[in-house]
Amino acid sequence: MWKTILRRLLVMIPEIILLSILIFILAKLMPGDPFTGMVTPQTSAAQIEQLRIKAGVYDPWYIQYYHWIVKMFHGDLGISYQFKTPVGTLIASRMWNTLWLSLITMILSYLLAIPLGLTAGRYENTKLDNFIMFYTFVAYAIPAFVFYLLGVWLFGYKLGWFPTSGSVDVDVTGGLSYLLSRLKHMILPAILMALISVTSVVQYLRSEVIDNKNQDYVKTARAKGVPEKQIFKRHIFRNSLLPIAAFLGYSITGLLGGSIFVEQIFNYPGMGLLFMDSIMNRDYSVITALVLLYGILTLIGSLLSDIILSIVDPRVRIE
Amino acid sequence: MKKSKKVRNDTNFNVILREFKHDKGATFFLFFLVGLILLVYGYALALNQKQVMHIDLLNGYSAPLKDGHLLGTDSGGRDVFQYLVLGVRNSLNIGIAVTCIVEVIGIVFGLVAGYYGGVVDNVMMRFLDFMMILPMLMVIIVLVSIIPNYSILDFILIVSSFLWVGTARLIRSKTLAEAQKEYVFAAVTSGMRSWKIMLFEILPNMSSLIIVDLILNLTSNIGIEVGLSFLGFGLPDSVPSLGTLIGLAQDPEVITGAPWVWLPAALVILFICVGISYVGNVIRRAFDARQRLG
Repeated sequence: MWKTILRRLLVMIPEIILLSILIFILAKLMPGDPFTGMVTPQTSAAQIEQLRIKAGVYDPWYIQYYHWIVKMFHGDLGISYQFKTPVGTLIASRMWNTLWLSLITMILSYLLAIPLGLTAGRYENTKLDNFIMFYTFVAYAIPAFVFYLLGVWLFGYKLGWFPTSGSVDVDVTGGLSYLLSRLKHMILPAILMALISVTSVVQYLRSEVIDNKNQDYVKTARAKGVPEKQIFKRHIFRNSLLPIAAFLGYSITGLLGGSIFVEQIFNYPGMGLLFMDSIMNRDYSVITALVLLYGILTLIGSLLSDIILSIVDPRVRIE
Repeated sequence: MKKSKKVRNDTNFNVILREFKHDKGATFFLFFLVGLILLVYGYALALNQKQVMHIDLLNGYSAPLKDGHLLGTDSGGRDVFQYLVLGVRNSLNIGIAVTCIVEVIGIVFGLVAGYYGGVVDNVMMRFLDFMMILPMLMVIIVLVSIIPNYSILDFILIVSSFLWVGTARLIRSKTLAEAQKEYVFAAVTSGMRSWKIMLFEILPNMSSLIIVDLILNLTSNIGIEVGLSFLGFGLPDSVPSLGTLIGLAQDPEVITGAPWVWLPAALVILFICVGISYVGNVIRRAFDARQRLG
């Protein structure tokens, strides 16, 4: 198993290098300097020129790339033009909002998808199965952001059950009420995201259950006289659930990608909203860092999936 | 003679037709889509985009069915219904254009990787893996925002250059399987050129797969254009899009105070996406004998 993981890690290295080069090129295409955040109206043109030479703007691209990468490894992501703070601290302050939202969404999504998938597989081709399949089909077909928008309109504005913006009420202080307020702000976006992101897990689980139903070990169990309920609970469901674990990593990736829309619609101050803010205000050092971060998180997500898969399914391991 | 009448004429078209007869939902969506397309493209002929986009602040937020505005007006006094018609047309056009480009790139990439296999395939697949990890939405938004005075064509090209990955994977895995079949060996033995084998031997055998992929891609591509326009990084401002119309709902005043501005557009895009996928699903069933209903 370690071999598989090691090989997977080795494959990641060229991917990270390519990713960083691409983002470096993007960053170079963006107008502005790495020190735009430091320039004030009092800075003279000569001083800016000095800064430029010192920052190596006139060096060949590979030297600039090298300096950029070294700085990245030291955690120096530049200074935000908009907020006048180091990009690292800025992103760190927003990151937890997004991660918490993603985590809650993921839990809800699995809580919903696993029973649905198992039921659909067990009662294959019944009305119930058709209904579940129809639901996952629609959830897959429609653009998620329209669904979020309709959700926030109905439950947030019309019915007033949930707050429609922010991550926490302004007037709460400390302790339990703070936590509850946070939760209250996250629950509607999390439910909506969970509802629309179940498709792949449900459909995969359903076909796993249907496949397993005809396996020899199930026939053996039946022949031994194991009650039908036990066959599903002890034999089929256990075997079908294992591969689902591998979806975990990919769901993280999907949720992060979706966070731009959800945070924009709910005005939820996470990384997605920070990205949109930075784009609007042309805060390029923040944008570059965020794109890089999302790329790396995506990589980690798929790495995680592959590792989990090689743990639960020995067949994919390299010997 | 009597018997021969009973033999079912199994051309592709008849199979698809039969499949539609067995699925009422799909038939409904088919008629809905055809009707929508006729209405939108027909009515759009009578509309002048500049005139529809003309801003008349004094008539802002007029409620539906007043002053001859079927769906009312938006903040700039523009007729929402006319805006919607042009938006649907533009979004469909962009979706179709992107889908065509994406399919061509995906098919060529997939054919080459799958046909040659080995090292070529390995290198090309590593590249695909890399494309998969790119935070696509972000990179598209960044590109859109740094390209000076960009046009619809730029938008189509930017979006297409990221979306072909799925199709390429699909075609590549199918080509890998096809390349091992005897008709391909026969063609190789008879001295056919590689590109001819790919285009005239393998490709026709994947036509049903490609048609289904095309239709399903169309849904997601329309969704992506509308989504980007919703965020404000889709079509240029002067070009009406469904997404821009829905995006107006980001203003808390509009979302509750003037739902007629964005709600029709939101519902239309939902129906378009579900409709196209539904029709695509029926066609997929028709091409796969095991899944047919009729």
